[in-house]
Amino acid sequence: MAAVAYPAILPVLPEIVLGLGAMALLMAGVFGAASVRVVDFAAIALLVIAGAVLLALPSGRLVSFGGSFVVDDFARFLKILALIGSAAAVAMSIDHAQRERQQRVEYSVLVLLSTLGMLMLISAADLIALYLGLELMSLPLYVMAASHRGSLRSTEAGLKYFVLGALSSGMLLYGASLIYGFTGTVSFTGIAQVAAQGGVGLIFGLVFLFAGFCFKAAAVPFHMWTPDVYEGAPTPVTAFFAAAPKVAAIAMFVRATVVAFPGITSEWQQILVFVAIASTLLGSFAAIGQRNFKRLMAYSSIGHMGYALIGLAAGTPEGVQGVLLYMAIYITMTLGVFAVILAMRRSTGMVESIDQLAGLGRTHPTMAFLLAMLLFSMAGVPPLAGFFAKFYVFLAAIKAGLYVLAIIGVLASVVGAYYYLAIVKIMYFDEAVEGFYAMPIELRIVLAVCGLFNILFFVYPGPLVGAASAAAHSLF
Amino acid sequence: MIIGLGHYLSVAAILFTLGIFGIFLNRKNVIIIMMSIELILLAVNIDLVAFSSFLGDIVGQVYALIVLTVAAAEAAIGLAILVAYFRNRGSIAVEDIDLLKG
Repeated sequence: MAAVAYPAILPVLPEIVLGLGAMALLMAGVFGAASVRVVDFAAIALLVIAGAVLLALPSGRLVSFGGSFVVDDFARFLKILALIGSAAAVAMSIDHAQRERQQRVEYSVLVLLSTLGMLMLISAADLIALYLGLELMSLPLYVMAASHRGSLRSTEAGLKYFVLGALSSGMLLYGASLIYGFTGTVSFTGIAQVAAQGGVGLIFGLVFLFAGFCFKAAAVPFHMWTPDVYEGAPTPVTAFFAAAPKVAAIAMFVRATVVAFPGITSEWQQILVFVAIASTLLGSFAAIGQRNFKRLMAYSSIGHMGYALIGLAAGTPEGVQGVLLYMAIYITMTLGVFAVILAMRRSTGMVESIDQLAGLGRTHPTMAFLLAMLLFSMAGVPPLAGFFAKFYVFLAAIKAGLYVLAIIGVLASVVGAYYYLAIVKIMYFDEAVEGFYAMPIELRIVLAVCGLFNILFFVYPGPLVGAASAAAHSLF
Repeated sequence: MIIGLGHYLSVAAILFTLGIFGIFLNRKNVIIIMMSIELILLAVNIDLVAFSSFLGDIVGQVYALIVLTVAAAEAAIGLAILVAYFRNRGSIAVEDIDLLKG
C-alpha cells in the first residue's frame, strides 16, 4: 500500500484551532461545565486566537490539501475581516439574549462553526473546497435565523432562508458540475488554463455558478430572501448576517472569478455589470419606503454589495483592491448601525421602526451623532470612510472603461443618500419620543469603534489601503 | 442505440428543471419543496458521475459523494426548521408562509 502523504497542517492551523475550540465549547456547554456567559466570552477569545494564529503564519503564499486550500494576502485580509465581524456579532448578542431570555450555548458555537466555514471558503481554491466551505458557512446560518424557536417570525425567516439557500446551493453545484465536465478539472488554476478557449458549456456553467454567488452575496436578481430574513431573524443574528457572511461570499466571488476565469473576462464582465447596476438601483429605490430599520438595512446591504461588485466588474487589481477596501469599510458601518438597532429598547420591549428614533439627538446625543456619521458614511459623504470606499471602486471602473457603470453607480448613491438622510432628519428634527434604555457596554464599544473609524479614516488611510492593495495583487 | 454523455446530461438537465419548477410552481406543501431540492442535487450528481466516467477522472465521483453527504446534513437541518415552524404556525402549506413581506 502506498504511503499517504499528510497535507501540510500549518496553513490550516487557524481553522483547526477554531474547529476544535467550537467542539470543545459545545461539549462544555451541553454538559453544563460552562455557563452561557463563559461560552460566549470563550467564543470571542477563540476568534481572537484564530486571528492571532493567522497573523503569526509565515508570510507569502501557503498551500495545503493538494492545492485546494490557499493562504495568501487576499485570504489573510478577508479572514481577519470575517473574524472581526463574527467576534463583534457574538459580543453584541450577549445583552440581547439575556433580556429576551434566549440565552443558549449553541448560539456562539453556531457562530464559530459558521466562521470556520467562512475561513475555509475564503481560502478555497477548487470547486469542492468552495462547496464544502459554503455549506459549512450556510447550514449554521439557517439554524441561527430560526433560533428563536417559539417565534413565528424567526422560524419563518429560517424556513425561507433554508429553502432559497438550498436552491442557490443547488444552482451553484449544477454550474460547478458543468464547469468540471467541460474543463476536466476542479482546481481554479486548472480551469483557468482550459477556460481561455471558451465554449458554450463552460459559459452555461459559469452563469449557474454566478447565480449561486449572487444569492449568497444578496445581489439582484437573487436578493429576494434578504429583506424577509433580515426582518424576521432575531436582531443579533441579523447583525451577524449583515457582516461576516457577506465578506466570505464576496471573497469566494472574487477568487473564483479572478483566478478561474481570467481568460474569458468579457463574458463575465457583462453579467457583473448587470448585477452591479441592478443591485445599486434596487438598493437605493426599494429602501425609500421602508419604515422598519432592519428591512431598510437589508436593502442598504443589497445596494452595498452592488457597489462592491462594481470593483469586481472592472476585473483589474485596482478593482479588487476597491472591493476589499469596500468590504472592510462596509462591515464597520454595518456593525455600528446594528449596535444602535440593538440598543432600541424601551420598557415596552424592542422597537424596530425608524420613527422610534425621533428626537434621538436630544435624548441620546452621542449615540445620535455616531449613528448620523455612520449613515453619512453609508451615503458616501466625504470625508467619511464610506466616501473612500465608493471612490476606489468607481475609480477602478472608470480606469477599466466602464463609464456607464460608474455613472449609474454614482447616481444610485445619490438616490440612496435620501433615505439615509431621512433617518438623520428624524433623529434631529422630529418631536422627541421616550428615550431608550442605557446602551450596554459592549454595544457602546462597537458603536464607538465603528463610528470613530469611519470619522477618522481619512486622517491615516495608508495602512488599510496598502493592505488591500497587497491583498489584491496576490491574486493576479 | 449507444447511450452517450449527451443523454446523461439531458436527463440531468430535465431533472434539474423539474426541481426548479417544483419549488416555484408548488403551492401546497413545503415537503414537496424539500423533495425538489433533493431532485436538484441528484441531477447534479448524475452530471458529476457521467462526466467523471467519460473523462476517466475520479474527482467527479469524489465530488458526488461529498454532495450526497452534505445533502443529508442539509435535509436534516431543513426538516428540523420545518418542525419548529409547524409548532408555531400549525400548518406547512406554502401559501401560509406569508408573515414577512413588503
